[in-house]
Amino acid sequence: MNENREFFYRRLHSLLGVLPIGIFLIQHLVINHFAAYGSGSFNTAASFMHNLPFRFVLEWVVIYIPILYHAILGVYIVLTGKNNTRRYGYFRNLMFLLQRITGIVTLIFIAWHVYQTRVATIFTQETIDFDFMEAILTQPFFFWFYLIGVISTTFHFANGLWSFLVTWGITVSPRSQRIATYATLLVFLGVTYLGVRSLLAFGMGV
Amino acid sequence: MEATKPKQETITLIVTRQDDPSSAPYEETFKVPYRENMNVISALMEIRRNPVNADGKDTTPIYWDMNCLEEVCGACSMVINGTPRQSCAALIDKLEQPIRLEPMSTFPIIRDLAVDRSQMFDSLKKVKAWVPIDGTYDLGPGPRMPEKKRQWAYELSKCMTCGVCLEACPNVNDKSDFIGPAPISQVRLFNAHPTGSMNKGERLEALMGEGGIGSCGNSQNCVQVCPKGIPLTTSIAEMNRATNIQSFKNFFGSDSNY
Ligand code: HEM
Ligand code: SF4
Ligand code: FES
Repeated sequence: MNENREFFYRRLHSLLGVLPIGIFLIQHLVINHFAAYGSGSFNTAASFMHNLPFRFVLEWVVIYIPILYHAILGVYIVLTGKNNTRRYGYFRNLMFLLQRITGIVTLIFIAWHVYQTRVATIFTQETIDFDFMEAILTQPFFFWFYLIGVISTTFHFANGLWSFLVTWGITVSPRSQRIATYATLLVFLGVTYLGVRSLLAFGMGV
Repeated sequence: MEATKPKQETITLIVTRQDDPSSAPYEETFKVPYRENMNVISALMEIRRNPVNADGKDTTPIYWDMNCLEEVCGACSMVINGTPRQSCAALIDKLEQPIRLEPMSTFPIIRDLAVDRSQMFDSLKKVKAWVPIDGTYDLGPGPRMPEKKRQWAYELSKCMTCGVCLEACPNVNDKSDFIGPAPISQVRLFNAHPTGSMNKGERLEALMGEGGIGSCGNSQNCVQVCPKGIPLTTSIAEMNRATNIQSFKNFFGSDSNY
């Protein structure tokens, strides 16, 4: 493994994008979706997650460290590529470019999101509940910021799932790769629905 | 077809030139008398015969590389009207004018349109893209290859190291040491060969090295541009699977992970 360090790092990057980060993303958006059923439902679901045993360890092992690793290597990967969609405007090349753009947007979004909900609240001692999110998302700027951030993240995840399947040698034939394009499109629509629906519940009260 | 081909007296070429590997590139325009069935190479030969640019000034003949003249050696690759391809197979009648010729920017430029593709040959050495049969005694005949498989492998063997797939790959550039699609597909070819497969672990290990298959980001431009229609992205995905299995074997498996 010593000699194949780069290979190992890249495979780890790919794996972490789905497991645990992608799984966490789905779980996070499913919990948020309880907001659509009213503030009581959301608060119950959120406090269940909040009171999970070993929450501190879980958060660092399942969320922060994997995202940090994936994000740092991700930025490096973005910087070592030279996008050429103007000359080669093929569908997959456009997805390749979008994967990089949404990676950067997602990084900015997550950094702010974690600061706003996890770091700042340490000092203000606020509890993160429905009212807390409602206060943020009823501000038009933050509503749009979150909307773009959420869609960027779900796109990056779904399209990443497509390339994950290739990277791990699961979809090899052109036909299976084509079907995976449609399947990950459905994943994108499904996960985006969860995210946007909760934003509407917090921001628009619907 | 006939209507889109008006009779023309001259053809116009805009060539990106460079006097030596380190000097700055510049554009020069040429007008060449039209003949029937010309290709880009015969137009370049015409300029060489009479090295005068469109302003009527004497200039140096254009320098380019060529060999087979039938799209099997890959030496004459250049970017023609924005598309990297073989100039010997680029017919003037089928090109929009003015015709723009540029060197493939991924490779070091030797002069004008000639580039240095040594990195591709170095990569083929790195991944051991051959079947080792030399020894101190006659090893005898090898195992036979099923005809169906031979036909399939023939398609992969058409690669002429032309460099077009590297030129189109966003991850092959001066900031990365990625070897590009062509040598990855060659590993698949030689690992499929009945005798070549006896050394398949070595080739997979090489693919797992620095700048190897891990640097592929699945833009899939390569399969779109390959003039030989090689299924490069299928090769890459299959080698992804093979290298993953190899690395699991290395870590979890026994000591027979050749
Ligand atoms: C919630 C956060 C994120 C999730 C769920 C996620 C998920 C994924 C997945 C599943 C992949 C596919 C891996 C593969 O190709 O095998 C991927 C690739 C990628 N991610 Fe992320 N990612 C996230 C955040 C980020 C961030 C913050 C960046 C930083 C810029 C980033 C940059 C990249 C890049 C550049 C790739 C392409 C890698 C390649 O093609 O080799 N990602 N991501
Ligand atoms: S794989 Fe195709 S594009 Fe790439 S070097 Fe070989 S022939 Fe050229
Ligand atoms: S000269 Fe050999 S491919 Fe054109």
